[in-house]
Amino acid sequence: MNDHRRPVLAIHAALIAVLAGLQVVIPPFHHTLVARIMVLAAYATGYNLLLGYTGLMSLGHAMFFAAGMYGTGLPLLYLGLGAPQAVLIGVAASIVLSTAVGMLTLRTSGVSFLIVTLMFAQVFYLSTLYFNRFTLGDQGFVLSGHLHPITIGPIRFALTDPAVRYNLALATFGGCLGLSLWLVRSPIGRVLVAIRENEDRTRLLGYNPFAYKLLVLVISGAVSGLCGSVYAVITSYVGASFAAILYSIYPLLWTLLGGPGTTLGPLVGAAAMTYTVEVASRFTSSYLIVVGGALVILVMRFPSGIVGGIRRRWAPWLP
Amino acid sequence: MTLEGRLFLALLEGIVTGFILALIALGLSLVFGVMRIVNVAHGEFFMLGAVCAWSVASWTSSFALAVVAAPILVGAIALLVNRIVLRPIHYEPQATIVATIGLLYIIQQLVLTLYGPYARTVTPPFYLRIDFPWFGYSGYKLAVAGASALLLWLTWRVVSTTTLGLYMRATQQDQEMAQAFGVPVYRVYAVAFAIGAALAAIAGALIIPIQPAHYLMGLDALLASFTVVIIGGLGSLGGTLAAAFLIGLSDGVVSVFFSPTLARIVSSALVALVLVFKTGGLAGNDTN
Repeated sequence: MNDHRRPVLAIHAALIAVLAGLQVVIPPFHHTLVARIMVLAAYATGYNLLLGYTGLMSLGHAMFFAAGMYGTGLPLLYLGLGAPQAVLIGVAASIVLSTAVGMLTLRTSGVSFLIVTLMFAQVFYLSTLYFNRFTLGDQGFVLSGHLHPITIGPIRFALTDPAVRYNLALATFGGCLGLSLWLVRSPIGRVLVAIRENEDRTRLLGYNPFAYKLLVLVISGAVSGLCGSVYAVITSYVGASFAAILYSIYPLLWTLLGGPGTTLGPLVGAAAMTYTVEVASRFTSSYLIVVGGALVILVMRFPSGIVGGIRRRWAPWLP
Repeated sequence: MTLEGRLFLALLEGIVTGFILALIALGLSLVFGVMRIVNVAHGEFFMLGAVCAWSVASWTSSFALAVVAAPILVGAIALLVNRIVLRPIHYEPQATIVATIGLLYIIQQLVLTLYGPYARTVTPPFYLRIDFPWFGYSGYKLAVAGASALLLWLTWRVVSTTTLGLYMRATQQDQEMAQAFGVPVYRVYAVAFAIGAALAAIAGALIIPIQPAHYLMGLDALLASFTVVIIGGLGSLGGTLAAAFLIGLSDGVVSVFFSPTLARIVSSALVALVLVFKTGGLAGNDTN
């Protein structure tokens, strides 16, 4: 139950403040990495709404991420739109895709749901390769010449400026974290958890599980699309590798590591794992072995993840 | 080449691909049927088979020995994986999927470390050129199709006539009831998992004179065998064979006339739609 004396909102606000302050402290060379981690953490936050709170494990979220990415990158490249319009198109594309995919995949459950989402994502990935005349396939394309500065009032923001990119990533993460926190504490969030725990009983109580699952899948898809879109802007790159299976497995891994069903887990998982992968890739070309090792160890020994473990032991009031 | 020529080539390639695919998919189907788990690392057993076979063949310069050794080695690895990873998580469906995704990366990256990023092939054990009116065709490819057919038949005999097969079918129908009747269910699981891996490994070993052994070859094999198992329906050898030919042939025809990528888009979409619109889920009686 909500315990209003507990500092839930304060903790989340403090986290955002710390991340905002971090850009002054850390060397500029780390800015890009932290900005990337924040966007990926927001992606995992969207994934967690589905896995952690609704109990649906998807193996196809890369298609929503990539839909946002291409939905933003292609208009920037071919139509010369401004970045805000392009981001909106990216999010709209991911909403359309997740609605269509959700209507189909949510007819299945359990293991079938996993395989169906995997196969739809595979169709999306192969399509980005097949239409390589427009998408430039595996090679991808660079956006640096196509990101025009944004003017808000008297201030001009150059999207190539690392500080602007950092704060864009921070705003994206903050927005997604806020959305997630609000959603899981709202009555809708309670119904989602009820569906996770016992779908039949929830239906018996008069709720329509399909409608709720579709809603959360579309929200999750839209968040993923937004992150793909922002990721394209802050890295100036769009490529088919972001639609491949690995980018569906990453948010699963980050969520499991941080703690499924916790609002803060995805950030913890994404940060820890991205850093580990980054370090491992300096020493060996087989760095993806840390991904495999982490998945096996987590599922065998720590199914509730880092924040889940903290919640169980010290802070049962954490959302 | 004339249209008939191209069509015949597509047909021939489709049949050969179909047999190999059936062999890999049968392993996946066996594991899913008996143990009720989806083994995402199944494609890596196929890749391990190819890599082991290449290593054995280059050490001993005997391809026959390689084809025998690869499934034994890979079967032993599978037994180990079953004991260390799958049994401790009690074969719980979702946890098993996550764990086998992890195993996929562990196996793949270990092979990258130990074997390297090379694509290596071996010379076929014999040269035989079969001349058709339009082109000459590798006799080895036809021999692979024949060997696959033999192995499929052998597996079917084991499952339908031996005590081990009886145990497997009993476990598949009702695990608890089988246990109550004295079937050593966990041992049956281990054996089924090892046989499934060994079938994929033999396919990997047989294929290296045609297609080079490479550490990333597992994923395509996995997705193709998912396709076959899901379209063919589980637990039926006939269905698996029919689906493997369907996929092999349509893949061959679409690849020859259009593009391989388009063929894979079509088959992936088909799998997804079959699962969505077939009532009853993956196994037909999967109430999960």
